[in-house]
Amino acid sequence: MREITYRDALREALREEMLRDERVFLMGEDIADPFGSAYKVTLGLSPEFGTDRVRQTPISELGFVGAGVGAALTGMRPVVELMYIDFSMLAMDQIVNQAAKIRYMSGGQAEVPLVIRTQGGLGRSSAAHHAQSLEAWFVHLPGMLVAMPSTPYDAKGLLKTAIRLNDPVMFIEHKLLYNTEGPVPEEEYTIPFGVADVKCEGTDCTVVATSMTVLKALQAAEMLKKEGISVEVVDPRTLFPLDIETIIQSVRKTSRLIVAHESPERGGFAAEVIAQIADKAFGYIDAPIQRVCAPSVPTPFARHLEDFITADETKIADRVRSLVRGEI
Amino acid sequence: MSDEIKEGPPEDLTREQLLGMYRRMRLIRGFENRAKEHFEAGEIAGFLHLSQGQEAVPVGTCTALRQDDYITSTHRGHGDVIAKGCDVKYMFAELYGRTTGYCKGKGGSMHIADFSQGIIGATGIVGGSVPTAPGIALSIKMRGIDQVVVCFFGDGATAGGGFHEALNLSSLWQVPIIFVCQNNLYALSHPWEKTAYKCELSYRVSTYNIPAECVDGMDALAVYRAAKKAVDRARAGGGPSFIEAKTYRFLGHYVGDPGLYMPPEEREAWRKRDAILKLGRQLRAWGCLTEEEDAQIAADVDAELEGAIAFAKSSPLSPPEDALTDVYVHFDYLGNPLDEGEQR
Repeated sequence: MREITYRDALREALREEMLRDERVFLMGEDIADPFGSAYKVTLGLSPEFGTDRVRQTPISELGFVGAGVGAALTGMRPVVELMYIDFSMLAMDQIVNQAAKIRYMSGGQAEVPLVIRTQGGLGRSSAAHHAQSLEAWFVHLPGMLVAMPSTPYDAKGLLKTAIRLNDPVMFIEHKLLYNTEGPVPEEEYTIPFGVADVKCEGTDCTVVATSMTVLKALQAAEMLKKEGISVEVVDPRTLFPLDIETIIQSVRKTSRLIVAHESPERGGFAAEVIAQIADKAFGYIDAPIQRVCAPSVPTPFARHLEDFITADETKIADRVRSLVRGEI
Repeated sequence: MSDEIKEGPPEDLTREQLLGMYRRMRLIRGFENRAKEHFEAGEIAGFLHLSQGQEAVPVGTCTALRQDDYITSTHRGHGDVIAKGCDVKYMFAELYGRTTGYCKGKGGSMHIADFSQGIIGATGIVGGSVPTAPGIALSIKMRGIDQVVVCFFGDGATAGGGFHEALNLSSLWQVPIIFVCQNNLYALSHPWEKTAYKCELSYRVSTYNIPAECVDGMDALAVYRAAKKAVDRARAGGGPSFIEAKTYRFLGHYVGDPGLYMPPEEREAWRKRDAILKLGRQLRAWGCLTEEEDAQIAADVDAELEGAIAFAKSSPLSPPEDALTDVYVHFDYLGNPLDEGEQR
């Protein structure tokens, strides 16, 4: 199978859905050529589809996310790009109070086929306003769906699904994943929301990880394999809906669970996974459930400080080792 | 002969339309009077923000709209949605939290919506629908249809950032939107003259290159004329317009707020300018309305409202588990996929 980058996979998804459905259009800052968006996902789309459908906006997050909500409510299928998830704060009223709630408030009259594409994550010394991982906020939000793909294959399949759904989606990419490559079939496919993917099978410990941390968990699994420790890495792919069944099946086999992600530990997504496992699979667990997350501090700038807080392969491997050896 | 009568009725409105406007204004007033009464009796829960005094603005504006045009509204939106065509029967049912309500009892007074009539919904956040409305207008433009959207909001929304972003994008995109500011002089208790420094709203808006007009919001026909001009311009591809309608909220911010910050003499002066009385005087002077017809309208409105309340009270409450539905189209609230048939 051909290998393409996460960036190209996303672009293919956008392009195919725009060709498939003329109601699909893109809106956001700097998305038109020649700049082609901050992480170049939309590069090449404005010459093909025109600047009406690849609609570059002023720096006006509240304005253009709100416009996305309005367009979605009245027959269009906008894909709005928030350059950094940190900027979602500027549009929070439209995301939280309007997009996510209007269906419920209207007694089921409204449909909001809105995708908010954005990216977050550590790793580029971007500091506290350009490197947050805010997925837990949106997982907490009734009415919102949250996707967080870790591979090019998942990115394309999930984005195509997101665009076809009639519910609002926070589609959270990762700034360090855009250049990663992976197999993506030439033929059409989609990935349903709410189906986790076991990225690597193992028997000693389950590591549930999201986004970039999936890659780090896979590296940790590779390191530990040489030590005779077998790690199963589960990627939920969509944080809501969450495929807790696949995680339960995994801990049934391994009896140990670690949840790892880049965002701060306190009130993070890991807490939700762990609460559900404690509730639904308590009997399968034989060791304390662990979190490998960032400490709850703002993101620091300097590389060595940022590295210190990142849930990387070493930290994940260390925790798995300690857990398997019964040291925790 | 006073000025209000000398002017004559708009030539493009029939007697039936004029009477329709008058009736609708009385219906809004009556709806809110009864809502207040039943709220104070403890039958209606939550908050109730009344728009008494402002009826001419939504009715004047919506008279210039078609059924398939859109409106967005506010927490003080009973008048807006009745003007666009909401049935008071389903509105009362919503206020009573019944399953027959517009939002099945999930929205209440601040969130009444009827998508089948382009009523995209009221919002509980001041200025909340202002950034949404340009997207509705953009959708209209991209779909190539000659609909328009009216974005209703109050003076309280004009100091927020979303207001300026919405004006800017609407102007930039030249989309068919009419911003209608119901300037009732108070943002909750905050007076209008302390909202912006020596700056007329229409001037502020005109700097976005949006035609802006200030009209007497206690004159339904003046509002209609301004709205008609703006709607015609939008429909013809002429882009956004802005109307500031100077009006007054006769009562406090919500039922229970005595409005101590509103000087009694000011309240009295505005009460004398009641738009419903004014339109009644005009219609009678122009021979469009006899005393008997006037009494008949009052009786009809009363009967409609009494029937609506009876309908609401006799409607069933939804089962409590209904609190768990209508969160997603494709999933239940826990995230389990819904079959096509049960998608709701």
